[in-house]
This record gives sequence, C-alpha cells and structure tokens, in this order.
Amino acid sequence: MSGSVLFDAPGPRARRRMVWVNVVATVVVVGLGVYALVLLDRKGQLDADLWRPLFTANAWENFFLPGLKQTLIAAGLSIVTAGVFGIVFGLGRLSASRTVRTLSGGIVEFFRAVPVLIMMVFFYMAIPRLDLVSPKDLPLVAVVLGLTLYNGSVFAELVRSGVHSLPRGQREAALAIGLRRSQSLRLVEVPQAIIAMLPAIASQLVVILKDTALGAIITYPELLAAARRFGSGNGNILQALVVAAVVFILINWLLTRLAEALAGRVGRRTAGRARAEAPSLAVATAQD
Amino acid sequence: MDFGSLFSEFDVLGAFWVNIQLTFFAAIFALVLGTVLAVMRISPVPSLRWAGTTYVTLLRNTPLTVIIVFCVLGLWGQLGITLSSDFQRNFFWLSVLGLTVYHAAFVCEALRSGVNTVPVGQAEAARAIGLGFGDSARLVILPQAFRGAVAPLGNVLIALTKNSTVAAAGSVAETSGLLKQMIEFRPDLMVAIFLVFAFGFVILVVPIGVATTSLSRRLAVAR
Repeated sequence: MSGSVLFDAPGPRARRRMVWVNVVATVVVVGLGVYALVLLDRKGQLDADLWRPLFTANAWENFFLPGLKQTLIAAGLSIVTAGVFGIVFGLGRLSASRTVRTLSGGIVEFFRAVPVLIMMVFFYMAIPRLDLVSPKDLPLVAVVLGLTLYNGSVFAELVRSGVHSLPRGQREAALAIGLRRSQSLRLVEVPQAIIAMLPAIASQLVVILKDTALGAIITYPELLAAARRFGSGNGNILQALVVAAVVFILINWLLTRLAEALAGRVGRRTAGRARAEAPSLAVATAQD
Repeated sequence: MDFGSLFSEFDVLGAFWVNIQLTFFAAIFALVLGTVLAVMRISPVPSLRWAGTTYVTLLRNTPLTVIIVFCVLGLWGQLGITLSSDFQRNFFWLSVLGLTVYHAAFVCEALRSGVNTVPVGQAEAARAIGLGFGDSARLVILPQAFRGAVAPLGNVLIALTKNSTVAAAGSVAETSGLLKQMIEFRPDLMVAIFLVFAFGFVILVVPIGVATTSLSRRLAVAR
C-alpha cells in the first residue's frame, strides 16, 4: 500500500478534521456526478425511451452479442498467434547466433514502436492485392495480424527479460547435467520465465482485448462497431456506447483480477521474479 | 510518378505534425490530471481515494477507440459540446480530450509506482520532523516519486504518441488516414509507403525511450 506510509495514524484532532474533509470531498465528488446527470437530463439523454431499446432481445441478439463474439474471436486468435510469435522471437533474441539475435531484436523493437492502427490499416489495404483471403475475412485477418505483430513482440520481450531474471544457477545446473544450451533454454529456462511472466502476460491480454476495438476503424464488426450501428439506428448512440464500454470494462476488470491473483501465486513455481508489466521500449536496446 | 513526387503530392510531414500536436497537448493535460488523481489516491481522505481508484479502473479498462468515438459522437454529436468554433479544430480538441482522460489514468499509475520507489524511512523521517501530509507529500515524497516515475512516465508518453493515431476514429486527419489515402492512390508502392510511416513513428518513439531511460538513471535518487 503506497498511501499508508505517507501519513501517521491520526490522533483525535486529525481524525475530526479528516471527517470534515471527507464529507466535503464526498459532497464535491457526488456533486460533480449529479451535475453531469443534470446536464444529461437537460439534454434529454436520460429519457427511458433512449435506454429501453438497449435491454431488448433485439439489441443483444442482433447487435451486442454478435459484436462481442467477433471481439472475442479476434482477441482469442491474436492471443494464440501472438503467443507463438513471442516464443519464436523470444528464443531468437536468446539465440547463440549473433545474427539471429540482432535480427530478432530489430524486428521486435520495430513492431513495438509502430502504432497498431498503422499496421492494421496497412494490412487492410495490402492483403486484397495478394488475393489470399476472401474479402469477407479481410478485416479480421488485418486486425489479427496487427495485434499479433505488436503483442507478439511484447511477449518476445517478456520471454527474454523473464529468462534474464532467472538466477544463473538454473542454466549452470542444466548445463552441468549434460543438456545443451538450446535444451537448457527450451526445457529449463523458458518454462520458468513464462511462469514468472504470467502476471505480465495476463495484463497484456487486457491490452489485446482493448485493441480489438481499433478494428471498428477498418470495418471489423466487433463490439464497438455493433454499438455504433445500433446507436445510429435507434438514435441513442451515447447510451449504446455506454453499454459497450461497460461490457469492455467488466471483461477487462476480470482479466486484471486474474493477473493480480496470478501475481500472488506464481512465486513458488519459478526461480524468477514475478513482474506485473512488460519491460519498456528501447530500454532493452540501451542495455544490450 | 516516382516515389519523391508522391511526397510532394501528399503532406506526410503535415500528418505527422498533427500527431505530434495531439500528443503534445494530451501529454500536458494528462500529466496535470494524472498528478491530481495520484495525489487523490495517496491522500488520507477515503472518498478522494475511492474517486481516484474508480476513475482509474473505469478509464483504464475502456478501449481508447470507444472513448474517442464517445467524445465525438456522444459529447459533440448528442450533447452538442464544442471545444472550438472551427469545425475541423473541434474534432482535434475532442480527440485531445479523449486521449487526455484515457492516459491520465496511466499517468496516475506511473506516479503511484514512483511513490512506491520512495522508501518508508523517507516518509517516517518527514513525519518525525513534524511535517503534515501536505508538506511531507510536497517537500519529501513527490519530488522523489517523480524521479522514480520518469521511466514509467516515458512509457506512457510512448504509448500516447502511438495512440494519437486513434484520433482517426474521431475524424481527425492524421497519419493513419493519410496512409490509407496514399496506398489507395499508389498501391504499387504500398510497402514503401508503409515503411515511411512506420519509421516515422520509430523516429518519434525511440528517442523518447532512450531519453527517459537515461534521464531516469541520471535522476535516480542514490540509495
């Protein structure tokens, strides 16, 4: 708890003062909320007529649930492909060959620096010219490719820093029992690194799920796009967006809780130190 | 038409300039809002702590695209809120608003992680010489916390720079929109065009990473 060190256990006078400050702060916070609601009401945005269509079977069966399904499909596919990408390039960054190391390092740093949307737009425009996927699947493929390259690079960084955070003894022991360096990596170090990095990986899942919403910009029919469609059809875009946001918040909140639970648990299963977040860009380059 | 004249036709630098402006304004506002939120979250007042925590939980878990679409279609489209009398400029400022409220949550988290780098002894020493919450936060904790937060704040700035492209969802003419136009116009050069935009961002983002890393090492409180 970061806050608790900042102030002493309050005495009677401080406690009385705190009650007052607390009351005033509550009034201000609640007041701001009420003021926002009053403004919304004045614009007629709280009318039941605008909210009621959102809780009908039509809204969920034809808009929100299909949208959510597309969101989850894109996120699920991206998680798998990004995982594979991450392990391949993570191993590449740890390779004994300098060429492979430099090449994987360059690729990983490049894709971490390019905005996901730029990649998505590029694939959305470029893939039709290759004539490989049907136009129906185009937005999904573009979304998954963009998410894979970025998040796969983050995963690769996690694998690498996870292996580096292991005590040297792990590798030395593996080599001492006669494993080759690649075997030591594959059988001893990377599995422990991945377990140590599970909390960070789980919080990256939140990033993937949120970034699927970028797909709406390249016509992928995910949750945000569905909410927009429903909202503009029923004249309640503001309310529809609120519902979409609430769905996103709920799922991400659950994922965050999962990440926290994992962070408390993995300590026993690995010699490495559990870390909650991905290492930052270009920091690794500066150290190499 | 060759590659060079493509760039006289399309204003690539101008598009990047829009992204830089979006990043610049959103970074300043997000730093201010994020600092306020961080102070709220470490304050001894329960209701302020609760408000700060709720804000961060809600905003951090909402996709930025949803927030920016909400700012444009909700705030402007439905509520008629305008931030500028100029039609195009209005979208720009609405997008800055969206980028600000989203990244403020991350600034708050970065500052809190900075507060966590301050040893308990510093706060205890501040209390021991008789400083109250305000003084010990202002004179002892926050100066050290900001130093410890330089690297995470740099990460937020990097994310913000890249996320400024999402303003495309708010009808702002910036790089991702121009990328689409240019590939539509010259599909045969699409890989080259993509690389120009991609390396544009690499050039913007990598110096931020290098600078904040070296800055955080230089500013690190020797312990």
